[in-house]
Amino acid sequence: MEKIIEVNNLVKEFNGFRAVDNISFSVAKGEVFGFLGPNGAGKSTTIRMLTTLIRPTSGQAKVAGYDIATQAAKVREQIGLVAEKIILYDRLTALENLMFFGSLYHLPRKETKERAINWLKTLEMEKWANKLTGTFSTGMKQRVNIARALLTKPEVMFLDEPTLGLDPQTSRSIRDFIKELHAQGVSVILTTHIMPEADELSDTIAIIDRGKIIALDTPTNLKARIQKEKPTLEDVFLELTGHDMREETHENIPSARGRHFLGSKSRIR
Amino acid sequence: MKIIFQIISDSIRMARKDLLDFSRDRMQLVFFIIMPIFMMIMTGFIFPTENSLKNIPLGIANQDTGQLSQTLTQVLTDLKTSDNNQVFEIKTYADSNAIKDAIKAQKINGGLYIASDFSQMIQRGQPAEVSIIPDQSNPQISQILTQLLQQVIAGTSTNVAQAKVGEIIKLTAIANPQLSQADPAAIIQPIQSTIDNLIPGKPNYFQFVAPGIMALIVMMSVMTGLAVSVTREREAGTLDGLLIAPVSRLAIILGKAFSQTVRGLVQGMVVLLLAILIFGVHVYGNWLIMIVLMILGVFAFMGIGILVSAVASAQESAMTIMMTFQFPMMFLSGTFFPIQQMPQVMQYISKAIPLTYEASALRKVIVLGAGFNAVWTETLILFVFGAIMLAIAVPTFRRVITR
Ligand SMILES: Nc1ncnc2c1ncn2[C@@H]1O[C@H](COP(=O)(O)OP(=O)(O)OP(=O)(O)O)[C@@H](O)[C@H]1O
Ligand SMILES: [Mg+2]
Repeated sequence: MEKIIEVNNLVKEFNGFRAVDNISFSVAKGEVFGFLGPNGAGKSTTIRMLTTLIRPTSGQAKVAGYDIATQAAKVREQIGLVAEKIILYDRLTALENLMFFGSLYHLPRKETKERAINWLKTLEMEKWANKLTGTFSTGMKQRVNIARALLTKPEVMFLDEPTLGLDPQTSRSIRDFIKELHAQGVSVILTTHIMPEADELSDTIAIIDRGKIIALDTPTNLKARIQKEKPTLEDVFLELTGHDMREETHENIPSARGRHFLGSKSRIR
Repeated sequence: MKIIFQIISDSIRMARKDLLDFSRDRMQLVFFIIMPIFMMIMTGFIFPTENSLKNIPLGIANQDTGQLSQTLTQVLTDLKTSDNNQVFEIKTYADSNAIKDAIKAQKINGGLYIASDFSQMIQRGQPAEVSIIPDQSNPQISQILTQLLQQVIAGTSTNVAQAKVGEIIKLTAIANPQLSQADPAAIIQPIQSTIDNLIPGKPNYFQFVAPGIMALIVMMSVMTGLAVSVTREREAGTLDGLLIAPVSRLAIILGKAFSQTVRGLVQGMVVLLLAILIFGVHVYGNWLIMIVLMILGVFAFMGIGILVSAVASAQESAMTIMMTFQFPMMFLSGTFFPIQQMPQVMQYISKAIPLTYEASALRKVIVLGAGFNAVWTETLILFVFGAIMLAIAVPTFRRVITR
């Protein structure tokens, strides 16, 4: 099967702390790849490396056939990202946001506008097109945010906790939407802490803990490992990662969760 | 060629987005207008000028009963500012100790003591003395006050002298007729000086401070504005949206630089318009040279802004770093105080600050109507400084932004 992502011995260290510890995996073209793990496991760090937002300490990875280190510009043309933080300007309207981000991909203006309006329709946001996104609810923002990521018809979509903080209705519609993307043949890398969501959507699941991949299989196969009647993915997850909560800290922990990788020390080396 | 075009058009898109965003930020917009007004007013009114002073409480202890001391106090009482206000508000005291006590109690800003033999001594042709008692807790006022009092006393003194010399001339002219043509004033003060101004009228403090504030505002909006704008996007997460797009990192920095340039220039213009409309400042020089100088100022400070935005992780740290830079610059650049009045060491330091050159060049053009040939050294220094900073900042930004 054709590989859309290939990761080899990828490592990311923050001031000597290994957030991602020598991981290797691959994602088949057109599949939904569920990327699970406890808080601080290294999911977002991995996604940020694959989307060229941070540089790996060592190891290689290819996305859509291009090396993330040496062909970053090519990679960027092929990917869409819904990150943990919503990538929209509060003081721009929904449509202005989409038009702006679309323009960075150098599509013809007319085409960008058509696509933007189409996406807003699909996501039931068209009547809000000309309102400032700062006035939107989290669910509305996230829908526009997803439209933004899809505007350029990326081959690979990275969704980092896309249903975080959303009500059941919006979560449902976003899950349906991911299925639709899947049906259209887009490859999706999805992280989530909601196990049924991962189970429902993923073709393959990787579980990462303390920077290392500890399981990689189809949801069915993973569940088959558990000796229990009607095992759920949550059973698998807890079995593999244990019941302890992840509270250990290390020196360089960013001052707030989500402050992200640009948010800490070690700026200039 | 195509790449360069692409980078520039991308950066213009980013700048347009920034400006659109900025124009909808009411808080910032208010600050944007208020800050220059505030600065002008603050500096304009904190620093006293002779014109701005009126009704200064002045204590007089006159122990002399003669006519001359009466005249002197009358002159002081009648002294008017150019806009017809009383300069002094006279309070009388018994002796110099009473004046000193009143100064200590801050009831008056200074005092004048006239000894009891004042008129007598003058009559006798002996030197008469008055003493000025300044309020040393307020050097600004006391300096102006002392100057004023000295002027008035000197004036009175000259009047007395002229009368006396006039009499002497009359007496001696009997023996020596040649002298009857002599002018007593010319004998007392044989050399007269006139002031030949480069520009008409009296210089006022606003005229001095306005170009400096323009330079300062341009510097602050470019340096702080750029760093804050980048760190803000980083904190909000939108910077990621720019970084994953297939645009050159150079276009991202340039975009920020463009939008902040526009902001800085507009703000500089706001200062200038305020200065002209409200504070009576007049531009004597060429507007084109002035605008070119402002753009050059933006160019000179851009590098520092980019460097800080690359290095600072959060808005607060960007602000802190900027304050550390800007605070000394503000005071040592000659924006508010003339550099020539500073101690020698400070003068050397001020020579190392780029803002000094921006402020001085703008002042020359605005106040003195200087042409380009008078400011080319400043221009060169600013250009070289800006180029060096950019040469350091741009690669650093590109390297650090994706770690
Ligand atoms: N800029 C940074 N500097 C230092 N350490 C960092 C930085 N960014 C992340 N880390 C650390 O790397 C580890 C992995 O973080 P990451 O955000 O990838 O976890 P995650 O799996 O996405 O967790 P979550 O489920 O909470 O989103 C954490 O321990 C985190 O504290
Ligand atoms: Mg995460």
